[in-house]
Amino acid sequence: MKLKEKLISSFMAFENQVDIDSFVHDIRSEAIKSFEEKGFPSKKEESWKYTSLNKVLKHNYSVFPKQVNALEYREVKRYFIHDIDTYKIVFIDGKYSSHLSDTTHDGMDICLMSAALSKPKYRIIIENYFNKITTDDSLASLNTAFSHEGAYIHIPKNKLVEKPIQIIHFSTGSESAVMLQPRNLIIVDENSHVQIIERHQSLTENAVLTNSVTEIYANKRGIIDYYKVQNDNQDASLIDNTYINQKQESHVSVHTFTFGGKLIRNNLNFFQNGERIDSTLKGITIIGDKQHVDHNTLVHHRTPNCESHQDYKGIFGDNATGVFNGKVLVDREAQKTNAYQSNNNLLLNDKATINTKPQLEIFADDVKCSHGCTIGQLDENAMFYLRTRGIPEKEAKALLMYAFANNVLESVKINELKQRINKLIANKLGVNIGFDL
Amino acid sequence: MLKIKNLHASVEDKTILRGINLEVKPGEVHALMGPNGSGKSTLAAVIAGNEDYEVVEGEIEFNAENIDELSAEERAHKGIFMSFQYPVEIPGVTVTNFMKTAINETRKAQGLEEMPANKMLKLIREKSELLDIDRKFLSRSLNEGFSGGEKKRNEIFQMAMLEPQLAILDETDSGLDIDALRIVANGVNKLKSKDNAVVIITHYQRLLDYIVPDFVHVIFDGRIVKSGPKELAHQLEEKGYDWIKEEVNA
Repeated sequence: MKLKEKLISSFMAFENQVDIDSFVHDIRSEAIKSFEEKGFPSKKEESWKYTSLNKVLKHNYSVFPKQVNALEYREVKRYFIHDIDTYKIVFIDGKYSSHLSDTTHDGMDICLMSAALSKPKYRIIIENYFNKITTDDSLASLNTAFSHEGAYIHIPKNKLVEKPIQIIHFSTGSESAVMLQPRNLIIVDENSHVQIIERHQSLTENAVLTNSVTEIYANKRGIIDYYKVQNDNQDASLIDNTYINQKQESHVSVHTFTFGGKLIRNNLNFFQNGERIDSTLKGITIIGDKQHVDHNTLVHHRTPNCESHQDYKGIFGDNATGVFNGKVLVDREAQKTNAYQSNNNLLLNDKATINTKPQLEIFADDVKCSHGCTIGQLDENAMFYLRTRGIPEKEAKALLMYAFANNVLESVKINELKQRINKLIANKLGVNIGFDL
Repeated sequence: MLKIKNLHASVEDKTILRGINLEVKPGEVHALMGPNGSGKSTLAAVIAGNEDYEVVEGEIEFNAENIDELSAEERAHKGIFMSFQYPVEIPGVTVTNFMKTAINETRKAQGLEEMPANKMLKLIREKSELLDIDRKFLSRSLNEGFSGGEKKRNEIFQMAMLEPQLAILDETDSGLDIDALRIVANGVNKLKSKDNAVVIITHYQRLLDYIVPDFVHVIFDGRIVKSGPKELAHQLEEKGYDWIKEEVNA
């Protein structure tokens, strides 16, 4: 049976298994219908022109992992930022792990989606926020149909959350191939500030396909710094659908660090609904082998006097393929918009590929929008210069690649995370040099 | 220390060096002079190991070892340093980080431990004072937005940090005002010892007023056509290169 049919026929069983009476029942039913009509996206669709899901869809994924392996903290410690105190919401094969987590209800909710979807006290919030900003997209619909578990974060107004929150999804290989559909909801009310780190990590060589949806709401003057660490193994694929709704004077930044994984698609959507909003989208992608990474971004400027900054760096070696499709949409009302987009790429050989496509649709007449993309190779003169100073070829290359990407790291506000990313980059480039000075 | 025998080198099938012979001993300062396009900078690049150039004949020995097959970094590890005429701008790598990486990679290649951080900082402080380099400058990206003088001073700072046996200074004087020239020359002189050697490549006499050479060689059309004591540089300054060309052609 093909994956699509399998998912559709599993839906009834899923609904029976989870809270069928809940408010979300109707939303899920609508969503599965929508997915049934559209199916998985194909290369015929403009936004999927350079990314084919065929390879990752061919596995016989288990849709609900039955048996869940336990994990000890020491086995997985290295996937956490552990030098500093953090809140943790951890899932193993899609199921919440209370053992590895550190959640709270003390003045704010840093807890579970399953609780938020089923407990009456969250009903109003769920009705107001759940599935309100996902677009009419078949993968998002699929996730909505199976939405059940994930992180639920609600920070009430005037709260500075001092510890970063880590959301980590582990898969253990308890099934031969597993599909996970985490669903996160994050609401940050007026004047509040939160930092979140998200990571998906497979601990097995079995195939894993994660189709994740995260809805993020930044209310008036809310500040959210969101970091995605994508360094999964070669058998794990990720489709990340993130939707961000910003109210006036809010600041939201999303940094995406992509070094590992088989196929990764990031659908990152920002919707600005208020004045003086700031949206930041940054990414470093360093991949090789036959890895495929696709950044598909949208910034929708709907209101005047707002800014957006996009800066994506990509380094592609071996037979790797990268895609950057960045859309900036400026409505007629969104006067005085300042939108900046930059996508710079290094190709390390003849077989690596990058498809980059900036898309600007501007309907307002008093705006500042700029975009630029570059594709280049490492500078031979710079290589020679470094080598005459005793820096070997491999290290010289690594240093130049790091230099190429590192301005994206400057805006990372969690120092421990920055150090970790530095180490991940050094590992990815196969060198043992400290970049951080 | 350095022995170049009948060196022929070409780039993209164009022959540039046509039989260079040169011997440099410890403690010596050699000046290589000559008109534009004579092959001076090519010689420096070939000694430093630039793979764009192909050695078609002859050989280069460093401390009695043939270095033709060695990479640029291996030559650096053996103690060869070249100061660039046009130092490359590398945004995103600070001067300090660059120096730290260069020193530790060289030490690694020589079988030594990494230099402890405090020792490194002390060394950086010492050597930057020698070249009158502001500390703020050390946390800037390598050569990015540096003035011509700052770039050259930074080259000599790197030389001071790496303490090479053989330093080749390729047109280090070009683009320097007189004050910067003095600082650079003073730095080179302070680093001079009986165990190391300097090869200065220049068009003009003026750097040689500050760093006095033991030998002056004139390169013309890929060959050393005349060698002499320091007075030869003065002669070239006064009379230009035409008389040399005439001598060669005659």
